[in-house]
Order: sequence, then structure tokens, then C-alpha cells
Amino acid sequence: MSKRLIDLQHITKSFGGQTVLDDLSLYIRENEFLTLLGPSGCGKTTTLRIIGGFETPDSGNVIFDGKNITSLAPNERQLNTVFQKYALFPHMSIAENIAFGLKIKKKSKAYIDDKINYALKLVNLEGFGKRSVDSLSGGQQQRIAIARAIVNEPKVLLLDEPLGALDLKLRQDMQYELIRLKNELGITFIYVTHDQEEALTMSDTIVVMNQGYIQQIGTPEDIYNEPTNAFVADFIGESNIIDGIMLKDRLVQVLGVDFPCVDEGFGNHKPVDVVIRPEDVELVPPESGMLEGDVISLIFKGVHWEIEVLANGYEWLVQTTQMHPVGSHVGIRVSPFNIQIMNKPESSDEQAVEPDV
Amino acid sequence: MVKKSAERIYLSLIFLFLYLPIVVLIVLSFNDSKTKVQWGGFTLKWYRNLFSSSSIMEAFWTTIFLALASALLATLLGTLAALGIDAMKKRNQAIMIGATNIPLLNADIVTGLSLMLLFVRFTRLGMGTVLIAHITFNIPYVILNILPKLKQSNRTTYEAALDLGATPLYAFFKIIWPQIRPGVFSGFLMAMTMSLDDFSVTYFTKGAGINTLSTMIYTEMRKGIRPEMYALSTILFLLALILLLFMNFGPSARKGKEER
Amino acid sequence: MHTQLRSLRRQLLAGPYLLWMAGFILLPVVMIFYYAFTTTSGHFTLLNISSIFASIHLKSLFLSLKLALACTAVCLVLSYPLAMVLNHMKTKNQGFIVFIFILPMWMNFMLRILAWKLLLSNNGVINTLLETLGLPGLDVLNTPSAVVFCMVYDFLPFMILPIYNAMSRIQPDIIEAAGDLGAGELTIFFKIIVPLTMPGVISGITMVFVPALTSFAISDLLGGGKVLLIGNVIEQAFMQEYNWNLGSGLSLVLMVFVIASMALVGSKGEEGGAGVW
Repeated sequence: MSKRLIDLQHITKSFGGQTVLDDLSLYIRENEFLTLLGPSGCGKTTTLRIIGGFETPDSGNVIFDGKNITSLAPNERQLNTVFQKYALFPHMSIAENIAFGLKIKKKSKAYIDDKINYALKLVNLEGFGKRSVDSLSGGQQQRIAIARAIVNEPKVLLLDEPLGALDLKLRQDMQYELIRLKNELGITFIYVTHDQEEALTMSDTIVVMNQGYIQQIGTPEDIYNEPTNAFVADFIGESNIIDGIMLKDRLVQVLGVDFPCVDEGFGNHKPVDVVIRPEDVELVPPESGMLEGDVISLIFKGVHWEIEVLANGYEWLVQTTQMHPVGSHVGIRVSPFNIQIMNKPESSDEQAVEPDV
Repeated sequence: MVKKSAERIYLSLIFLFLYLPIVVLIVLSFNDSKTKVQWGGFTLKWYRNLFSSSSIMEAFWTTIFLALASALLATLLGTLAALGIDAMKKRNQAIMIGATNIPLLNADIVTGLSLMLLFVRFTRLGMGTVLIAHITFNIPYVILNILPKLKQSNRTTYEAALDLGATPLYAFFKIIWPQIRPGVFSGFLMAMTMSLDDFSVTYFTKGAGINTLSTMIYTEMRKGIRPEMYALSTILFLLALILLLFMNFGPSARKGKEER
Repeated sequence: MHTQLRSLRRQLLAGPYLLWMAGFILLPVVMIFYYAFTTTSGHFTLLNISSIFASIHLKSLFLSLKLALACTAVCLVLSYPLAMVLNHMKTKNQGFIVFIFILPMWMNFMLRILAWKLLLSNNGVINTLLETLGLPGLDVLNTPSAVVFCMVYDFLPFMILPIYNAMSRIQPDIIEAAGDLGAGELTIFFKIIVPLTMPGVISGITMVFVPALTSFAISDLLGGGKVLLIGNVIEQAFMQEYNWNLGSGLSLVLMVFVIASMALVGSKGEEGGAGVW
């Protein structure tokens, strides 16, 4: 395990009486691709801006490489930011933009020219140095923003929804580009996004946030397969989240039907949230199902069909490669290890909220 | 903290510089003493004199008439011109916009004198010539306020309206007019303020016997200052205040902000 | 074909304006040229133009340039920090504060001159104030200083507004990005803020310099006949000596100076009159 590079300790921040971050603690390892994921207003951008030095926390400390940098100005920190709307300097050429940080550090002209060429090559925009900012497309401006940041050889690169303004195809291309960049540079990336797919594709570690609190920290696989609460489950991918009662270990009652599962330690007759991913719901002939229902909608999605089944008063979302016409009577089965049991939220702070994406 | 108070002090100093003269004028307008610096008690006498002075009132109404008439005609001509220019090719557009800028950048005194030379050659100076002069320097403000709105507006919506069976005139009033209306409105107001404030051009083109407030005050000031002028200043300042407040914070301004 | 016809028809809407321009902008300029290059009897001459080299005319031209430069410099020095301060105050009533600083501009031009005359005159408000404080009085009325004072007062908003507009258009994340890349406050100011507000500064300079260079009313009223600017010389040639040929010749010279000065500062100022709003 590599060492902890950044340590956020008990960070609290409020704007105009509204608490945005409440006692947030988090560490980031060297060389990690860490993503802060959550709906808008969850505090992810504020967290990034505190690391970058654009905001000072009301309380708590930011430790960078063993040193307390909480009150250091942005220009005194060994990290660089890629801004959401690029923030390129409109009165400078591409090369001047990239050279900006290096000129401040008084590097030699030869060194700067070298770096500009290297950075432009790295982001696949060789020969663009003399062009003006206006002449570039959004995606190209984004690459220049990245080039401008990395020539300063920061230990950490902060990226604030950098792909938010790009169209879908370009966004997907840039995701792979970013992974490649990170591997080539061998530095730490801290990435902010509200797009769960982006987070799952690129990250080593995902931090799911909501209303100023960290909901879950884990690898993409952990977060997707083992969400710790209904908010995470709902925010990461689509889910059937159903009220259930944990009858005893390994047995949960959902919609009046007993389902065997693999979870233990919730106690007996305890109300819980039951999460079942749509691709884990199996449609079978009515007689062999654990419960029966009727298909009420059917949409072709390319790789699979998305089907809604009304069974025992709940509309189940199902993804399957087999077609079941609307109106057909089907049975529903779920394997025990595909059922995820979660405690109901205890405090209102943790409460699952509809993500407003 | 130090920076903040330095900023405050700086703002206050400039504020003082801008408003001290106005405050002095307002205070003196209520001063019952002929000398400028001694307070002789509160009076409204200067206001009464002001309203009973036929020369001042005449200049006032001339100013208002000129402002309204020249702004209206300039808006009409300017709106048509903007629509025409917008339909032109890029190069012709650039030429037209360049030509439109000339009177804006030219010195007032030259604009006024050159118009005077023209008028004197062909006719007599009078109300008509001042009006023409005011329209001339007002049109550019109208055009330059409307053109950006036309640029922003989506040409295809107009064509869509025609496609859906609207006559060009109907399409204009239903589609284009709503989009340029704010520009027309602000162009009109701007033209009006320019006309209200003008001195040089009026001075050279007005002819004998006609006075706007600006030229009247100029003549008065060369003779010496009458306290009635203070009263006039106070009233005009309040008018400007109300007009500006209405424009900036009135219903139409708020709507404009929301649209943005 | 049909659309082409329609666009042609629409272009015709500019027709009345074209006629108006020809009649009331172009023709008057032609008249100035005609008078400038002829004698009273209509013969060609260059004397009206060359009379600018007469010492009295040259003196007033230099005085005009000097006062206009001083006025522009003072306006710039006052406005730039002011625009920064205004832009800094991210309060709810920022709009109102900006409003306060442009309100005096809406007062009649002549009345603003009147106000300054009141303040500056020998037994005026400022001197009375100084006297009561036991300080020596100021004898500025009828001097070039008084004229510059009043010009600054009259034209200051023309400098404040374009600079403020340019400054408020700078995105905050541009400033943050510069800081992120290691720039301190001074570097941010000189490398980012100054270049990005340059168009505003340029249009501010033209909007102050040109009226200051060509004004005649302010010097007439506050200079007491002792401050003779080129504008006053021209005005007197026309209105007192009725020497239209000389007046036109000098006007032409003045126009050349206006055009030259604008070309000098670069006619890039993007916000013309529209910036006032």
C-alpha cells in the first residue's frame, strides 16, 4: 500500500449559515485515482476547492505530505487544478497558456519550450501552440487546460467535472485519455463528478457523498455490488429498493414473500432496505417463480430489454436479454447472493435523497 | 481588514467628489440669501420664481419636445436601418456600422458646426434645424442598441413563421419585434438622454430665439448665476434619479434580468 | 431566389437612413472641407489650414492637448482602482452601488459645470470652508486647473463604466486558475487583470480624451476668458468673427487630431456608447 499523501481531518465548511461539509475526514493515497461522486450540492466541489486552496475550511486541517497546508494560498501548493469551464486565459496563445506557470517559476526558455511540446504531445494536440484559445473546440480546450496544469509537475491533479461540458462520445474518449495520462504521469488524480458511469470507469477509489457527508468509500466494484445504504444503491446504477423485514439471519421478507439471502447480523424482525439490481432479477415461467406478476412496459435498449413487472404491488425494474411482451404473465426469481440488505437510515442526515442530476 | 477599510475610504472619497457639487446646489436652492455661502433661512422662493419665469419654462418645454421628438424619429429611422443592415452581406454590414460610428466618435463641436454650415446654406436656423441635428446624432445609438439583439435572434424562427403561413409583416411583429424590443427601448431612452444632455450641437444649430435648458443655462452663466438655476438643478436631478431608478429597478429591468 | 429577393427587400429598409447619412453627415463634412480650402470670395487657399501654425492657435492647441491628457490621466488613475473596488464588492446591492456612481452623469452637463463654478469661485463654498478652518484660500477659478477639475467631474463616468464592464466580465475561475498555477497577487494583476481590461481602458480613454480635447463650454465658463482652448478659438472664429473659412480650417485640423489620437490608442474599444448601459 502506498502512503497517504493528503489527509483531510474533520473538515467543516458552511456558506451563509448553510453547512456544506460537516466534520468530513478522508485520506488520499499517493498515485491514486480518487473520485468524489455525488449529486450537485453534496459538497464534492467544496472538498476539492479546499484541497486546492480556493476555500478555507471553518475548522479542520488539510495535511499534504505530512505538512499542514490548511491556510496556504493556492499558488503556494504543490497541486494544480483543471477547471470545469477550462478557465484558459483568453488573451494568451495556447503556448503562453501552458507556459504561464513555468514562467512564474522562472524556468529557462529552452526548458519551457521543451515542456510545451511535451505537454501538447501528451494531450494529442501537437502543433497547436501558436493558436488562440477561441479557435479550439470544447474538447481541445479541455486538453489544453490539462496540459497547462501538468507541465508544472504537480504531485496531485485536481479535476472539477472536467468532462461536464462535452458531448457523450467525446466524454467517453476523454475518460480513456485521462486513464492513460494518469498512468503515464504517475501522479495522484482527485476527480469530481456527478456522473456515476464516469466514476466507475476511471477510479481506483470512489467516495460517494451526499449533503456534506461521505456515504461510502470503496473500489468501483465495492460501491456497485455492496452499496452500504439506499442512497448509494440508488445513485450508482439503477436499483429496485424495496422495504423488507429481516426475519432472521439469511431470510428476508419482501412484499409478503420470504427470500433466502446471505446477509447475517441484522437481528430478527428488523425493518430493512432490500436492494436488487435490475440485471439480477430473473424472469421465469409463472409456476417456477418466487412471486408472479404482469409485464407492464417493455423497452428495447440494444444490449438488453428493460422490462417493468407489476408484482405484489411493486413495479420491478428488470434487465434481461429475453423478450417478454407487455401483458404476459411471468414469475420472478432472485438468487440469494444477489440480494443486498441494508439498514434503514437512522439519522435524517444520512437519509437517502433523490439525486437531482 | 485594512484593505477593506481602504476600499471603503476610496469609495467614499470618489462619492464625495461626485455628489458634493450636487448637494451644494440642492442646499442653495432652498437658501433665502442672495450670496452663495451664507444661510439666510429656508425658502421656496426660487422655485416660485422658476415656475413663473417664462424664459426658463419655455426652454424646459423646448428641451422636452426636442428630446421626445428626436428620440422617436431616430428610433423609427434607426430600427428600420438596423433591420436593413442586418440583412446585408458581412462586408456591407461592416461599412455601414463603421459609417454609423462616425458621429459617435466625432467631436460634438465639429458635428454641430458642419451641420450649421449646411443649414445656413439652404435654410434658416430654427426649431427644424435643431431637431434634424438631434436626430442625426441620436440614430447611431438606436442602431447600435438594436443590432446586437438582431444578431442574437434566431433567423430560422422568422423563416419558420413564414413556413407556417405567416405574412412577413405578421411574422415581424410576432417573431422579430419581441426579440429586438428591449434594444429598441434602450436605444430610445439613450437617444433621449443624449438629446437632453446635448449642448454643443444645439448651440450651433438652434438659431436666435430658441433655447434648450443647456443653452439657456450657458447664456445665464456668462452673465452671472441666478439662484433659480439651483432650483432647476434640484428638480432635474430628482427627475434623473426617478427615471434611472425606474429604468434600473423598475418592472421592465427586472424582467430583462430574469431573461438573462 | 425567393429568399434573395426577400433579403434585398429587407435591405431597402436601410434606405431612409442612407439618405439621412448622405444629407446630414456626409454633406456637412463636405461643407467643412469646402470652406476650409477656400477664401471668403471662393478661391482655393491653404491659409485656413496653415493658420494653425500661428502662435496663438498653436498655443491653444497645445494647451488643449495638455489639459485633455491631464484629464484623461486623472480619470484613468481614479477609475481603475474604483472599478476594482466595485467589482470586488460581491454584495447584493452591487448594482445599486454602480448605479450611484453613474447617476451624476444623468444631470444636465451645464448644471454640472455650474456646480463646480459655485464650489471653486473665490467667495465660493470651498474657499469659505478653508477660511473658517483658517487655511489659505484657493485661487483656482479662471485657471487651467479649474477647467481640468470640471472636465474630470464631467467625464469620469465615461472612464469608470467601460473599465468596470470589462472587469466584471473576467470569470472568477480565470483568476483562480492563475493562482493555482503559482501566480501571486501582483502577477495576477499585471498578467491577467490588466490585459483583460485593456479594451475597456482603451474605450474609456477615447471616450474621455476626445470630448476633453474638443470642449469649449467648460473652458469658456470656468476659464474666465483666460483659458483659450482650440475649441474656444474655433467657436469664436464662427460665432464672433464670422470667419467661417478660418473656423472650418481649424475644425479640420482638430478632426485630424481626434482621428490620430484614436488611431494611436487603437480603435479596439469594443464597447462604444452601448457600454454606458
